Amino acid sequence: MQVAEFLKRISEASGVSGAEVEVAGIVAETFGKWANRVQSDALGNVIALKEGEGLPSGEHPRIMLAGHMDEIGLMVTKVDSGFVRFTTVGGFDARTLLGQEVTVHGRRRLDGVIGCRPPHVLSPSDNEKVMPIDQLFIDVGLDASSLAEAVAVGDVVTIRRDAVNLARGYLAGKGLDDRASVAAIALCLELLGNRRHSWDVYAVATTQEEVGLRGAMTSAYGVAPQAAIALDVTFGNQPGVPEAQTLAMGGGPCIGLGANFHPALHERLVATAKAHEIPYQIDPTPGRSGTDAWAIQVTREGVPTGLVSIPLRYMHTPVETVDTHDIERAGRLLAAFISELDDGFARALSVEVKPLRAEGGQGC
Amino acid sequence: MLIQQLVEADGVSGHEGAVRQVLIGAIEACADEYRVDALGNLIVVKRGRGGAGGVRSVMVSAHMDEVGLMVTYVERDGTIRFSPVGGIDPRVVLAKRVRIGDDRIPGVIGVKPIHLLEQAERERVLRFDQMGIDTGMSADEVARRVTPGTYVAFDTAFQVLDEGGLRTVKGKAFDDRAGCAILAEVLKDSYAFDLYAAFTVQEEVGLRGARVAAYAVNPDVAFVLEGTVCDDSPKDKDVSPTTRLGAGPALTIMDRTVVCDRRLVRLLVEEAEAEGIPFQIKQPAIGGTDAGAIHTQREGIPSAVMAVPCRYIHSPVSVMSLNDFDYAVRLMRGALHRLEGGLEA
Repeated sequence: MQVAEFLKRISEASGVSGAEVEVAGIVAETFGKWANRVQSDALGNVIALKEGEGLPSGEHPRIMLAGHMDEIGLMVTKVDSGFVRFTTVGGFDARTLLGQEVTVHGRRRLDGVIGCRPPHVLSPSDNEKVMPIDQLFIDVGLDASSLAEAVAVGDVVTIRRDAVNLARGYLAGKGLDDRASVAAIALCLELLGNRRHSWDVYAVATTQEEVGLRGAMTSAYGVAPQAAIALDVTFGNQPGVPEAQTLAMGGGPCIGLGANFHPALHERLVATAKAHEIPYQIDPTPGRSGTDAWAIQVTREGVPTGLVSIPLRYMHTPVETVDTHDIERAGRLLAAFISELDDGFARALSVEVKPLRAEGGQGC
Repeated sequence: MLIQQLVEADGVSGHEGAVRQVLIGAIEACADEYRVDALGNLIVVKRGRGGAGGVRSVMVSAHMDEVGLMVTYVERDGTIRFSPVGGIDPRVVLAKRVRIGDDRIPGVIGVKPIHLLEQAERERVLRFDQMGIDTGMSADEVARRVTPGTYVAFDTAFQVLDEGGLRTVKGKAFDDRAGCAILAEVLKDSYAFDLYAAFTVQEEVGLRGARVAAYAVNPDVAFVLEGTVCDDSPKDKDVSPTTRLGAGPALTIMDRTVVCDRRLVRLLVEEAEAEGIPFQIKQPAIGGTDAGAIHTQREGIPSAVMAVPCRYIHSPVSVMSLNDFDYAVRLMRGALHRLEGGLEA
């Protein structure tokens, strides 16, 4: 599989949180090439099962991989005398929206632009203020009555942006958060096609992450895995952001460390990366990781969860940038990790009940 | 004193192992079994004597974790950058002693001398990302021994402040090692129903351990033991003491996360009144506890909260009264026995 090619394809597909159908179709078809079964659930998660050979005991422990396929986008709030007013779905920086091209998913697809007033008519102080989103509008070039027929309140709007290959294996585009991870999972499934593995693998492309980790919540409940690894993007180094807050582009996948992650999974991921000479980085995460891992960990009786992240610049803008080498390394890391999962690791993660004396309380 | 051992152990959210070990040692002789689940919760089972009327299982929980810091980056000169774990006011950590990692490497959060500050700087609150920990070690040694992701705890000694009277003690993390110590005392008694003592993890980062523990235990009734806000220092206009030190355990009617089961609150009040145990009602709508996660698990679990007032929680040093603590132990044990007869409809 050509990672950059597949990522470009899903990047350009539309899939705003809650409306992931188009991108889900491509993902289901791709995962299906290496899976025994692909299904979806009530929230639209794509869940692919690649069966393992099972443990000597006959058991089939389940590992879940989760990367979200939804992207942040916009939604129509008002059709206003020939212009479209909108709100955001997920966290957009208002400053990045001015002058962007968009697609309004109305009765038909309408390409448009987020208009802005020309500098000529602005007072000198106007351009020192950030334009709040409620003053922005989309212009699709239709007259008021045609627009009213074609577009309704609640229609989804996506940013229109073709992905572009930059130098040294970088790719820039929209929705790479978190489709870079979906690409890594696809690569992992492909690699596992040539390897033996004893655990069953549930590869899940989740929905609605950007509006509250919703897809991860229901898919993890449904799969009820013995272990899970969420994949997401993290801040890659970029000009203007202190090095202390970022991870190195091209430095390899980042392995999360903190309360959200099971220590045994963290250590095993690090050991696997070392053993296979895959460059990796540690991503210290004090508390809330803000990823699907946060929801998965507290599903049912608790799921041992890990996080593998891909460094990405300019997050939540239409020019998100990744180093595709990091995606390939994440895919390789996952495949190596999964093919080495065994009986011992299943036991290490299982809850051990330790009986004490038969007559409780006698020692007190 | 168990409370001293508990607060001298470090257990920042996500790294509660040392506290768990102290607790296992304390409860081993008093229980039938224990388990440690996927998140690190310690769930201790004490089987019932039988004869309970209606209520078959009760979960009492207290959280093991405390607020603290995590290393995020090591500068080239060896300065350690960090982020808070849990809710900490950045103003309280300046110029404090800390211990880093399982090796408990000592360090200090340094501050620029006041002599060198401009007036405007004096009035500005420093952000966490502007602070650093100085260990005195060479940059090389720091780089070798302190990696990003390492946990950092406040280095605060336990001490008895007042031998008589209020019997106040100071130390870090009374929120919620006070609850843990009460729960260990509660386990020494035996009850008609099965008692599940859940020592939970990750309360301070979102009530995460209690949630999965309650799902797994699925009890008929739950109590949460806490060290809670006590804001009773002198103020010009005091509208929010929340609780008062020395006025007995505080019962929650409602906070940001739960409206407590009124039958369980009444049970606690009746027990306190019958036994002459002082108690207070915590000011409503302040704070939140594991009960917020527990009471909405599965089909709903009736829950209540009892807390020891603790001044200055979420800072490096807090203060509580051992009188309040002892009353809390008595009240919890008594209320559990009262519950053996069943819960009114």
